[in-house]
Amino acid sequence: MSVVTVQLGQCGNQVGHQLFDVICSDAHEAQRIYSCSSCERFFYRSRQGELVARAVMIDMEAKVINQSLTKAAKSGRWKYGDTSYFSQKQGSGNNWANGYCVHGPRHREVVEELVRREVERCDRLAGLMAMMSVAGGTGSGVGTYVTQCLRDIYPKSFILNHLTWPYGTGEVIVQNYNSVLTLAHLYQLSDAILVHENDTVHRICSQLLNIKHISFSDVNTVIAQQLGSVLQPALTADSHGVYSRNPLGELVSALACHPEYKLLSVSSIPQMPSSSIAYSTFSWPGLLKHLRQMLISNAKMEEGIDWQVRPLAGSERTRSLTGPSFNTSLANLLILRGKDVYSAETGSFEDPALYTSWLSSGEAFTLWKSPVPFNKYEKSATLVSNSQALLKPLDNMVGKAWNMFASRAYIHQYIKFGISEEDFLDSFTSLEQVISSYSQLC
Amino acid sequence: MTQSVVVQVGQCGNQVGCRFWDLALREHAHVNKKGLYDEALSSFFQNVDSRRSDGRGCGVGGRIQHLKARAVLVDMEEGVVNEILQGPLREVFDSTQLLTDVSGSGNNWAVGHMTYGSAYREQIVDKLRKAAEHCDCLQCFFLIHSMGGGTGSGLGTRVLSLLEEEFPEVCRIVTSIYPSAEDDVITSPYNSVLAMRELTEHADCVLPVENQSLVEIVNKIKHMSHGAKPGATIRRDSTVISGQGGLSGAEKPFDAMNNIVANLLLNMTSSARFEGSLNMDLNEIAMNLVPFPRLHYLVPSLTPLYTLADVNVPTRRLDQMFSDAFSKEHQLIRADPKHSLYLACALMVRGNVQVSDLRRNIERLKPSLPFVSWNQEGWKTGLCSVPPVGHSHSLLALANNTCVKPTFMELRERFTRLYRKKAHLHHYLNVEGMEQSFFSEAVTSLSSLIEEYHHLDATKLKLMPDAPRLCIAT
Ligand SMILES: Nc1nc2c(ncn2[C@@H]2O[C@H](COP(=O)(O)OP(=O)(O)OP(=O)(O)O)[C@@H](O)[C@H]2O)c(=O)[nH]1
Ligand SMILES: Nc1nc2c(ncn2[C@@H]2O[C@H](COP(=O)(O)OP(=O)(O)OP(=O)(O)O)[C@@H](O)[C@H]2O)c(=O)[nH]1
Ligand SMILES: [Mg+2]
Ligand SMILES: [Mg+2]
Repeated sequence: MSVVTVQLGQCGNQVGHQLFDVICSDAHEAQRIYSCSSCERFFYRSRQGELVARAVMIDMEAKVINQSLTKAAKSGRWKYGDTSYFSQKQGSGNNWANGYCVHGPRHREVVEELVRREVERCDRLAGLMAMMSVAGGTGSGVGTYVTQCLRDIYPKSFILNHLTWPYGTGEVIVQNYNSVLTLAHLYQLSDAILVHENDTVHRICSQLLNIKHISFSDVNTVIAQQLGSVLQPALTADSHGVYSRNPLGELVSALACHPEYKLLSVSSIPQMPSSSIAYSTFSWPGLLKHLRQMLISNAKMEEGIDWQVRPLAGSERTRSLTGPSFNTSLANLLILRGKDVYSAETGSFEDPALYTSWLSSGEAFTLWKSPVPFNKYEKSATLVSNSQALLKPLDNMVGKAWNMFASRAYIHQYIKFGISEEDFLDSFTSLEQVISSYSQLC
Repeated sequence: MTQSVVVQVGQCGNQVGCRFWDLALREHAHVNKKGLYDEALSSFFQNVDSRRSDGRGCGVGGRIQHLKARAVLVDMEEGVVNEILQGPLREVFDSTQLLTDVSGSGNNWAVGHMTYGSAYREQIVDKLRKAAEHCDCLQCFFLIHSMGGGTGSGLGTRVLSLLEEEFPEVCRIVTSIYPSAEDDVITSPYNSVLAMRELTEHADCVLPVENQSLVEIVNKIKHMSHGAKPGATIRRDSTVISGQGGLSGAEKPFDAMNNIVANLLLNMTSSARFEGSLNMDLNEIAMNLVPFPRLHYLVPSLTPLYTLADVNVPTRRLDQMFSDAFSKEHQLIRADPKHSLYLACALMVRGNVQVSDLRRNIERLKPSLPFVSWNQEGWKTGLCSVPPVGHSHSLLALANNTCVKPTFMELRERFTRLYRKKAHLHHYLNVEGMEQSFFSEAVTSLSSLIEEYHHLDATKLKLMPDAPRLCIAT
């Protein structure tokens, strides 16, 4: 089964490009079955035999798409479809309303047609993945609109949104408004929302990977590797030794089991400079012990894990945002790749104390495995988690936007394109609902 | 890629504009090695093939034939424009882009705005439309003018409202040169205050530049290049004030000052013209920096201004560049943003600078910079990979900051001093269409603008509580 990716805006197109690059080189190095399975998911062969990404690129300006097209073609390993992109001359100017109310509707048909073409090229469609940032105007606004159109056309398909959340101190001043509008709308449309926070990834680059001058391309490489380790072929519990067919569908059914809870975070272990890998040894118990503590203490990387945090007995559990920093999960998906993967002991992730009381840990925990090592690591583990991990950043985002909204700053820029104060209030309301739901997980 | 049209009005507007065109040509010549007419060039230039009779430009991708500036030049006297037509830049303009009269506006806003504004209205609109037709996606008009004279301030602001009428969708960014306190134009306070009202009502963004600041910067650079310490050589070829390498020959009195303004425009548009890992398009400027429609005055500061050719300590030098952008010496108006209140701030970086450099510097500088309570993280950043000619990197900061208030108050005071005595008023009131109420309304508009900044300033020392959040019934 195949996944059709829709890359939107500068961020979506830059991260998307990196993802295909990571997937292609991973598949390239692996054995045949794995490699074929991966290629079927993300690429098709052109008549000339080239690997072509199953992707549609959309931006309201041309520069980024041109860059991604060229870079992919230059790699010599894969490329984008010659006509699978749509760009305009003028971006959405960081204005969600401009993207959602103007550019989206104006180019609806072209975009739908591009996606339809990719979908028809798939023997079987696993689902759609839309990639974008939430802070700008195109990825967020057009991205939301396009997701809505796709939901209408493909009511039964899985739709996953991969979102890049902005740096706290942003590159866009109205980023919190744009994020609130995007998230509130996507929450109604998407099956699951997979989030990478730029601040977190940036810290991984500096503290774990020791990169001195971090560029977006470094950040995107980390995101792409984490995503790749989720989306590349793996064996599920009931796939009987063959690679699972539908990564999106399985992901969604493993993690997004309740419409109130759709926010997924990702963490991986190990992450280190490639020069250090040769000098390191990894053991499954060690990796999993760290990863579990990262999960429950809500540390997004292995450095600075708080080892004091432990699960509480049912009676001690509190219902508050500020309580002990224990991170309660609704559901977790653990993906192990590499040597001796079948011997890895994952019982500690099945501990009921990690989860809400209303799901059994059998339902809440899913495990995928693959003996093929990923990204140069002999052994590696990735955890996709539907937990309170994103509660704090979401709450921050909404709080900042709300403060700005209280003074009505910048609202005139949105009204100009047809988004009213009422629309803002609706979005605030629905996100407060999400915040409230996640904070009551216990 | 989008295009922009520069509209330069009056003596100052045209002189600054010419420095812009000269430096823009140099910049593109430096970056564009293949001699092909590319997207970047197309943003400010048309490529005209003289063999084609329809006069339309050629599309992107072909060889450079003949570059024509996307510009409209307006002056109500002939001197400056004629000089341009005899100078090295004559090739980039043709007569259809020019509009002149003979007698000037005599430093009288009313003559420029009313008399010439009405007489030339059709012709101006016609030339603007022509310029717009040559663009396939017109994004922005850049108006350049002075506030002190008659043509730039009067007719310039008339052109501004024509732009709003004719091209409501196209962004209007105005570069306004404010007179210094000892300006030789006696009526400059009248002209400036009358123009201010138009700017407040009709511009999307205004970049105020004070001549006095330009003079101080130029003097300081000259001083440094004379008394430089041994070993620390000043780069005389740095683009900031010199025109070397450009088309122009001998420097004229205002050239050094005008080069600074030209650089401001080059840096502001670089991210729209060239590639970068974090693009900042022109329509993002107002979106991010203008929280309330009238408060659209953005204080520019440029670094490096005082370049030493000392490249031994790159990171420190880079960090210094960020610090400098917030110092008084680098502001293009006399103002101290650090001790006033930021509503929003944009950092437009060029050259080999990464997100991590941006992040490090924002984190470092943030604690010392007061931001309004609802925009504590009011930073907008852009990374353009092409540095200015002669530099490895540069930074343009645009601050929406209450530090513009003193400049506006001083202007009001100078206005009031004249107005109380009704000095020179009859020159204005004799002009057809001009009424005394224009003066009182203009000063009221200015006062309410000052008041709005004042209100925001007053929140600075108060601890503003967070707005109580919406409650969800559970
Ligand atoms: N991780 C990552 N974040 C990026 C990248 N490019 C932009 N961003 C983030 O994306 C946000 C800005 O959104 P963009 O994607 O640039 O905007 P856009 O969707 O193109 O929308 P407009 O330009 O406003 O039309 C900021 O939060 C940036 O931090 C990238 O390559 N990687
Ligand atoms: N920075 C700078 N300021 C200038 C220049 N030329 C004039 N000025 C300033 O502009 C103001 C005078 O306005 P001008 O632009 O000369 O006048 P004008 O718009 O041509 O109007 P009239 O001459 O009255 O028709 C004074 O404050 C001058 O100091 C210039 O080339 N650069
Ligand atoms: Mg963009
Ligand atoms: Mg003049």
